[in-house]
Amino acid sequence: MSKTIVSPAPHVHSEFSTVRLMRDVLIALAPAVLVSLYFYGWNALLLLVCCVATCMAVQYLIEKFMLKCSVTVMDCSCIVTGVLLALNLPPAAPWWVAVIGSIVAIGIAKMSFGGLGQNVFNPALVGRVFLLISFPVAMTTWTAPQSWFHSVDAFSGATPLALINEGLHSGSTVQEILAANPDLTPAQMLFARAGGSAGEASVIALLIGFVYLLCRRVIKPHIPVTIWITVAVMTGIFSLCNPAEYTGPLFNLFTGGLMLGSIFMATDYVTSPMTNKGMIIFGVGIGVLTVLIRFFGSYPEGVSFAILIMNLTVPLLNKYCKPVRYGYGRRK
Amino acid sequence: MITFKIGGVHPHDNKIARTEAIDPLAPPTKVAISMAQHLGAPATPVVAKGDKVLVGQVIGEPAGFISGFVHSSVSGTVAAVEPRADLAGNMVPHVVIDVEGDDWLPSIDRSSTIVKDITLPREELLAKIKAAGIVGMGGATFPTHVKLNPPEGKKAEFLIINGAECEPYVTSDDRLMREKPDGVVVGAAIMAKVLGGCKCFICIEENKPEAMEAIQKACVTFPDIKVLKLKKKYPQGGEKQLIDAVTGRQVPSGALPIDTGCVVQNVATAYAVYEAIQKNKPLFERVMTVTGQCVAGPRNLLVRLGTPLSYVLEAAGGVPENAAKFISGGPMMGKAIANMEATTQKGSSCLLLLTEEQTRRKPEGNCIRCGKCTEACPMGLEPWLLNKLARAGGRMDELEENKIFDCIECGCCLYTCPANIPLLDVIRVNKAEVMKIIRSRAKK
Repeated sequence: MSKTIVSPAPHVHSEFSTVRLMRDVLIALAPAVLVSLYFYGWNALLLLVCCVATCMAVQYLIEKFMLKCSVTVMDCSCIVTGVLLALNLPPAAPWWVAVIGSIVAIGIAKMSFGGLGQNVFNPALVGRVFLLISFPVAMTTWTAPQSWFHSVDAFSGATPLALINEGLHSGSTVQEILAANPDLTPAQMLFARAGGSAGEASVIALLIGFVYLLCRRVIKPHIPVTIWITVAVMTGIFSLCNPAEYTGPLFNLFTGGLMLGSIFMATDYVTSPMTNKGMIIFGVGIGVLTVLIRFFGSYPEGVSFAILIMNLTVPLLNKYCKPVRYGYGRRK
Repeated sequence: MITFKIGGVHPHDNKIARTEAIDPLAPPTKVAISMAQHLGAPATPVVAKGDKVLVGQVIGEPAGFISGFVHSSVSGTVAAVEPRADLAGNMVPHVVIDVEGDDWLPSIDRSSTIVKDITLPREELLAKIKAAGIVGMGGATFPTHVKLNPPEGKKAEFLIINGAECEPYVTSDDRLMREKPDGVVVGAAIMAKVLGGCKCFICIEENKPEAMEAIQKACVTFPDIKVLKLKKKYPQGGEKQLIDAVTGRQVPSGALPIDTGCVVQNVATAYAVYEAIQKNKPLFERVMTVTGQCVAGPRNLLVRLGTPLSYVLEAAGGVPENAAKFISGGPMMGKAIANMEATTQKGSSCLLLLTEEQTRRKPEGNCIRCGKCTEACPMGLEPWLLNKLARAGGRMDELEENKIFDCIECGCCLYTCPANIPLLDVIRVNKAEVMKIIRSRAKK
């Protein structure tokens, strides 16, 4: 007989583990990654490799030599950060941008707060916003690089939101801009349209990942769905009031980082609330801020900032949005 | 199909012994019957070394309001009355009896006829239940006669018979309902009569269709008893969860089920009540599942109380080479046993053996704040927060504010945690501390 174990209940454990959850997120990201490789070819692959390798290396070095603690690179969370950052970069960005962004994401946004589970902000988004502010040219140059399947001249590469923003500044109406860019239809963007960050090319690819995450019970739908509803309602009201200046709900849902951000960044466990109530407030906040930044801010895109700002509210939301307790309230 | 509203998890039910019929296990050569088989004060032994006892004879008398009678499960000579380690490892008085033959008290009706007519008045029924030493056989072992006699001013509206058996592996209630449905139903009717004629529901989880069918059939002659189908979800059989599922009411924090007009009794208790009232048979044996993937012959045994676990295990093929953990009860709430010479009790529904592979705890990682523990908690608590507060130097005031005392220790949080944080271990220890503080404050 082997050694007898005596320990408190429960004596069995579910199939959940941190590694499994992170692996599921990576699987859910696979369609978006494949689409980005299809559209942007070698450079997208280079960025992906640079991001993931740097994230892993930085985490390894910090844990091994600075913290001298056990190395947790294999829990896959730093790989998720790397892939998300790569999908948030312009596909033509130089490789060193990816490396610097990854160092900031893991080194500053994650490890300096205490590592996995301790960070206040989503590491990949901190990396992206750091790059956006530090290297504005590299981060907003949307010329499409050589693809394996497309010729360079096939599309402009500019993001739909940037097109609208520039057009509005030069005095055109939304309708004129859309008419001048026939590929900006919701249907086109839903399936695949090159332009924008590497991960934004296909809304469908991101939605497939969303469904996978729901089926595997990795995330709950609350945050993404409330973001979508908020954005749709707000942009709907704006565009009804002034269709010449404001774009409509479908355009806003399918453009920019909204899908990528709402499905994969806003649902990051560490930087989102725990209870349903908190998640709904969090989602509404992100939706409102995104629309406000898109319509009234100087940047054409607002999802990253919106999520980072709402990340700050998470401790408060966790403190004040308690779960429904048993035995209080519903008394007989 | 009904279920509780908050939290819950879905462990694999692993009911591998569900096809095995109940098999009476011959008494061992020596039994050691604990005097603390019930919640409350241990019984006072009323036999001494050298006394001859018969099966069903009283050997312990209640030592307080919440206490119970204990009966001999065998016939023979009392060898000793001495403190021994029980299942939980506590030293409590045991009556040790050398078994000689199998002579039952002549008053016990050993025939297999089913007696359905309940002739005795309420008071006599209650007295008989008390004299038979019946306690909650679901595991909590609260004396049944106390539960069936609500205090002045409180009225039971619902009697809920708990046949959920939501613990994985355990099949003793399932088999009992399949093989003795009439006894269970008559027992339920007796308890409903004792409670003054309230509505009675027998609740069974969806993974026991045969039990459901058998009980439904037995209920035909009892139109006042309804059978309800429960969703398979742990902890469906938790008292508070069951009340929520059946009545939609919630037991207020700190209150008892009777405060919501409910009394919950296990199906095995109902059967014991039937035997006590209709067959004059006190509680001295019970159905016990011996199971686990590593067990050679998983079985459901009718075991005399006081039988050593090692003897029970022999009947199921002996101790497997790779068994690493011996559990009294199910894998979610059962107790790990160190001493295989400890003996079976009224609350022993299962002896489960797990291999190291099945039960090993993986190394603890960082909390990733996924919220799975909060989602799983059937009491609506935040185990991650309680863990954090407790480990940050035991913030008792904040632990109390966050309702640590409401924890029912079902284990859902620890079961589900992807980072393998010992949430319940930490909560259990700190809950006891907070309860101490609350009690001492109440005294002032």
